[in-house]
Amino acid sequence: MNVIELDRVTVDIGGRSVLADACLAIKRGEFIGVLGPNGAGKTTLMRTILGLLTPSAGRLRVFGRAPQRGDPQIGYVPQVRTLLPDLRVRGFDFIASSVRGERWGVPSLTLADRTMIEKTLATVGAHDLAARPLADMSGGERQRLLLAQALIGEPQLLLLDEPLISLDYRYQETVIDLVRRFARERNITVLFSAHELNQLIGALDRVLYLGNGHVALGTVAEVVTAPVLSQLYGADIEVVRADGHIFVLSRGRDVERSPHMHDDGHGGHDHGDHDHGGHDHHHHRHGHA
Amino acid sequence: MTIITIATAMLDYDFMRNAFAAAGVAAIVSGLVGYFLVLRGQTFAGHALSHIGFAGATGAVLIGVASIWGLVGFTVAAGIGMGLLGERLSGRDVAIGVVLALALGFGLLFLHYYTAFATQATALLFGNVLAVDRSTIGTLAGLGLITLAALAAIMRPLIFASLQPELAEAKGVPLRFVSTAFLAIVALAVSECAQIVGILLVFALMVGPPATAQRLVTGLWSGMLLSAVLALAEAWVGIAIAYDTDWPVSFCIATLSALGYFLTRGFRPRQGAT
Repeated sequence: MNVIELDRVTVDIGGRSVLADACLAIKRGEFIGVLGPNGAGKTTLMRTILGLLTPSAGRLRVFGRAPQRGDPQIGYVPQVRTLLPDLRVRGFDFIASSVRGERWGVPSLTLADRTMIEKTLATVGAHDLAARPLADMSGGERQRLLLAQALIGEPQLLLLDEPLISLDYRYQETVIDLVRRFARERNITVLFSAHELNQLIGALDRVLYLGNGHVALGTVAEVVTAPVLSQLYGADIEVVRADGHIFVLSRGRDVERSPHMHDDGHGGHDHGDHDHGGHDHHHHRHGHA
Repeated sequence: MTIITIATAMLDYDFMRNAFAAAGVAAIVSGLVGYFLVLRGQTFAGHALSHIGFAGATGAVLIGVASIWGLVGFTVAAGIGMGLLGERLSGRDVAIGVVLALALGFGLLFLHYYTAFATQATALLFGNVLAVDRSTIGTLAGLGLITLAALAAIMRPLIFASLQPELAEAKGVPLRFVSTAFLAIVALAVSECAQIVGILLVFALMVGPPATAQRLVTGLWSGMLLSAVLALAEAWVGIAIAYDTDWPVSFCIATLSALGYFLTRGFRPRQGAT
């Protein structure tokens, strides 16, 4: 069964087609690495699957039906995380706010909710974060907390938008392994967007490259090739395989340094200014040549 | 003389009993609503609403209506307007600054025509809790109930949207509606609070206690509760000190509020393991 199906889907944002005529099908239990330059539509694709954006053309099916906003089957870690600078709320309450958080009334947690939160925190090794205020956590610790939150409530599909940002290298590996194991044990579908292909190579089943409105989905061997990526990037791309690593290099016009558009530039949804924690977010680099 | 005898003597007076009752109601509402105001980083919006309320209050006095209704009308309308105009305007925007100055200007104009009552300005700006009468207490209690009922109704999505707006949106929380409803609730709380400490000092009860509470505890419920308790304590102790010293009540409350905040600024709550 296909968990996600796009049939000639076009999504326009601010007069620009971020996705144009995109077709793809993702099967249950697949781990998909989502890659592509900034502004290529990684966030847009996830927001469309969540039902927050409506395609202007084409047919999109999630779990065999039109996307439904607030679908409890989907666990989501958003890329843009507006976090109040001086948030002195403890980790447990932060996570608990998302448990049926869309319902009206005064919040309340059942004993089962508490057990579930504790269990999920333990799964991602974030048990020690429950009692600490967000303001005192490092970027990596907050990220762990957000990951735990996405796993609460037995989701069937995980949309993780750049979950490795602001994590140190060692912990990036841990997060990938963790998601991979969690998803495989439960046969969960994962869309995992990242900037660096090589980290994900060991974990992913297929890779989804986005660029210039187009998508390419397939195995690494099928997609990460000079012809396919050159078309997506709209530039001459060279793919060098060395020692189990893949380097995507560009010659001529440097796509990495081309004027950059934010993934999150969806109209009418202002998140204010956000810097991305000093991480090099503006240049898309697969290779370290 | 002991504290008890002073307290008994103090409560012999009708106006003192009224002051304690009115301040109690307003402080609890301010402490609870203010907790979310501080949590959301929207204290500036609270400040803006109170200033806009000044024009409403003086306008109401001019046409012979009780000032609180002018306050409620103007602040709620402004709160809803700010909510509908979106996130940016409820923040630290230039437009808000200009509107604030305009509102205070109108307030001054209305007072200018209401020449008979110069003390009215002081009472509105700095509060006059010792002059509260029984009917005002009834009004405050009624408004307070409405405010807290509305807060309870939206509390769950409000917390979710405050802590994680992107995720809340994805899960189906109507962000615009929640933030607009919240600003209307803040407007009501500001109107209540202004009756006690005045328009210029609403921060004393709406920001000081919740900010102090958030330094001391990290739980949501414990934070809310502590915020309300602190607001109540500061309001009541402030009135008692004012009675004893003959200093203005609002000064005493503002001082206690600032003291509480600065004394706890460096405080780190104890944590589980580390």
